[in-house]
Amino acid sequence: MTEFTPLMSLLGGVLIGLSAVVLMFAQGRIAGITGLVAGLLPPVVADWGWRLVFLVCAAVAPLILAVFKFVPDFEVPANTAQLVAGGLLVGVGVYFGNGCPSGHGICGLSRFSMRSVVAVLTFMATAGITVFVTRHVLGAG
Amino acid sequence: MRWLSLVVAGLLFGAGIAISGMINPAKVFNFFDVAGSWDPSLAFVMAGGVLTALVGYRLIFKSRAEPLFDTRFHLPERTKINFALVAGSALFGIGWGLAGFCPGGAIPALGLGQPQAFVFVAAMLVGLGGAKWLGGKPG
Repeated sequence: MTEFTPLMSLLGGVLIGLSAVVLMFAQGRIAGITGLVAGLLPPVVADWGWRLVFLVCAAVAPLILAVFKFVPDFEVPANTAQLVAGGLLVGVGVYFGNGCPSGHGICGLSRFSMRSVVAVLTFMATAGITVFVTRHVLGAG
Repeated sequence: MRWLSLVVAGLLFGAGIAISGMINPAKVFNFFDVAGSWDPSLAFVMAGGVLTALVGYRLIFKSRAEPLFDTRFHLPERTKINFALVAGSALFGIGWGLAGFCPGGAIPALGLGQPQAFVFVAAMLVGLGGAKWLGGKPG
């Protein structure tokens, strides 16, 4: 069980949205993690520096929150095989699907992109089916 | 100032992921587990993020012809809904449902120092890097 946290989740969502707004205002770029990471993998794009700074700061943020005594709940009810298979599928999928919940979800939906609407509906559906099958058909996690 | 804006944007993103609960695979699983221990919290993450970006983007595009530190806005130009978009998104969803991490959830999770996030990110980089290397241009 995880606790229902509408206010914290809404607040966190607003911060993610603000991040996208800052990146668009300053750099004119979409805050999509897929695109940021893909640019850093070979062949590396010419403008790799700003991508790396954004991603490193995103990874450092929890350390800064910890200084202020905020440590988020973190539990991984998945075994190593699930993490490896899931990671591979996520990597291949977001490359060909051209985005993930940050790019298609936050940035794409807020721009009323039909491609993003289709992507979000598709990955929400397959994620839901996958969780249903692993939990209620195969009885894991 | 350009680099400061990137630091601010990155920190806002990571903090938002951590505070919202997107960083927590257990919460992701429960969001999708409508038939079991359903936790609808992550719908509020999407709502907060989309509404904020919607308002912010409008203000930017209305008031400015170009961003502060670049000569133009780099917006996706493709509008076609094709096989790669749908198939790729479908595969991503299966992976998300198996591991509980998405790319934006996993990168900030590295900062928690837990091994599972590193295992996931390593596999994700292999998948993404392999697709980029072998697969040519995305859909």
